[in-house]
Amino acid sequence: MKVIEVEKLTKQFGDFIAVDHISFDVDQGEIFGFLGANGAGKTTAMRMLCGLSIPTSGKARVAGYDVYKQTEQIKKNIGYMSQKFSLYGDLKVWENIRLFGGIYGLTDKEIAAKTDELLHILDMENERNTMVDSLPLGWKQKLSFSVAIIHEPKVVFLDEPTGGVDPVTRRQFWELIYQAAQRGITIFVTTHYMDEAEYCNRVSIMVDGKIEALDKPSVLKADYHAENMNQVFQALARKATREE
Amino acid sequence: MRTIKYLLEKEFKQIFRDKIIFGVIFIVPVFQLSILPFAANFELKNISIGIVDEDHFEYSQQLTEKILSSGYFHLKDVSSSYEEGMKAIESNTTDILIEIPNHFERDLGKEGKAEILIAANAVNGTKGGLGSAYISSIIQSFNEELGYSEPLAEGIVTTNLFNPHLDYKHYMVPGIMVFLLTIIGGFLAALNIVSEKEKGTIEQINVSPVPKSAFLLAKLIPFWVISLLLLTISMFIAWLLYGLIPVGSFWIIYVFAFVYLIAFTGFGLLISAVSSTQQQAMFSAFFFIIIFALMSGLFTPINSMPDWAQTITLFNPVRYFVEVMRMIYLKGSTFSDIAGQFGVICLFAVVFNTLAVVGYRKSS
Repeated sequence: MKVIEVEKLTKQFGDFIAVDHISFDVDQGEIFGFLGANGAGKTTAMRMLCGLSIPTSGKARVAGYDVYKQTEQIKKNIGYMSQKFSLYGDLKVWENIRLFGGIYGLTDKEIAAKTDELLHILDMENERNTMVDSLPLGWKQKLSFSVAIIHEPKVVFLDEPTGGVDPVTRRQFWELIYQAAQRGITIFVTTHYMDEAEYCNRVSIMVDGKIEALDKPSVLKADYHAENMNQVFQALARKATREE
Repeated sequence: MRTIKYLLEKEFKQIFRDKIIFGVIFIVPVFQLSILPFAANFELKNISIGIVDEDHFEYSQQLTEKILSSGYFHLKDVSSSYEEGMKAIESNTTDILIEIPNHFERDLGKEGKAEILIAANAVNGTKGGLGSAYISSIIQSFNEELGYSEPLAEGIVTTNLFNPHLDYKHYMVPGIMVFLLTIIGGFLAALNIVSEKEKGTIEQINVSPVPKSAFLLAKLIPFWVISLLLLTISMFIAWLLYGLIPVGSFWIIYVFAFVYLIAFTGFGLLISAVSSTQQQAMFSAFFFIIIFALMSGLFTPINSMPDWAQTITLFNPVRYFVEVMRMIYLKGSTFSDIAGQFGVICLFAVVFNTLAVVGYRKSS
């Protein structure tokens, strides 16, 4: 089943074409890596898929809903997490879980059960009453990922979720991603870490608003006669003419 | 709408956890109400006068004493000539110079009239103007006592309605309450929203199914509640410190205050829609607060403004609430007396909130 279907999706700001006729599909339970240099148009594309920004032209459906008309349904069926912001720092861990659980329509009872389960999985039972601001970054990111999928969405968008996080915690973070994917949650992730790109089922690489490559990491490496994803990325990104 | 419960929980926790904001909300009214009414007092006291007495007879002594015993003046300088007396004015030692000329008593006795010169330093126009007016009236009554001047035939009798003791504080306190509500209700809410923009957490809400209206309502409701609580505290302080109790009814005050808050939080929303940082929001808020305060009739009577400025005050929501608060507090006005102002405030509420909604639509 296709969870994300995108056809010739375009976003134009004045003369500037931020996203230029991109097309791709993502299957349910897939981990889809969405790569590209800064300014390539990743964030703009992702904002359109999340229902935050209306496309200029093209078609796209997320979780079966149209990105032009059904943005409210889309928002109910997706999760979203960004490196820059996510949880409320001046609320305690349990309060954040309760807030987002409530926002996504869980009952008080469900929230209480979910809170216990989540803190157990994350091994954060002792941090229940800690202010999120005083948690280490890595913990914060793991927590916000778990909160982003608290309502078991069809797809979760991760915008550079592991920026600034140490390698050990990144590893743990990806384990959480795998567990979620196994439960059938589709993962749509942007990253600048090429080792993380290797963990994805399929990877697309955006250059100057267009998708220049899209396939399994192993196929891409073979196509570009590269040893790792980093070399593939370098080969493609070098073509970019757009300044950041 | 069920989500609003969770959002409200979040807002109240955040507000009460912010020690500074919490302090501001509850300490500011106590300070403003206990200090401002004394400072913003337009009664003139402590006017410094200089006297040049060239006559040195009984009458001039009596007149000087009468002036000083009025309580408004301090004798700061006694000179022997007009020129010397002017020096004291030039050096700011005195505000007003009174010259009692040679032969004052003789002329008064012989011709039934004599001249006194009053020179006022008009750098502070109010002080100079009011001060010389005070002195003139003192001289007038001095004349009457001596029988040199007929008391005015009709005999003007002044009765001070509504504020019988002419206590300026009673006039200021209701106005200050309005100002408090304006700051807390209107601008704190705006800053609160902009701070979420600044941190980026608003994006997390934007990608969620929370309708923008629920998000904004959850932002505003706590400030409505806090503001009405603040109004209650203020009225209590006004009673405690000044023995002020509204002559009119409490419920008109609360109803009017609530609509006023809706109007002003709408204005705050508008500011938050166009600002992306707290700095921008602060400065735009500051700009409007000053204009709103100075053109509200809170400190200076609207009647004495030039016509064009009076026209501008018509577009100032603060003006109407200050008026209404004074009317209810001092005159005991009923709802029909303030219906006009109420209508205008409702209009402001509609206009500001509509603009805010449009502003938010555009920004998203």
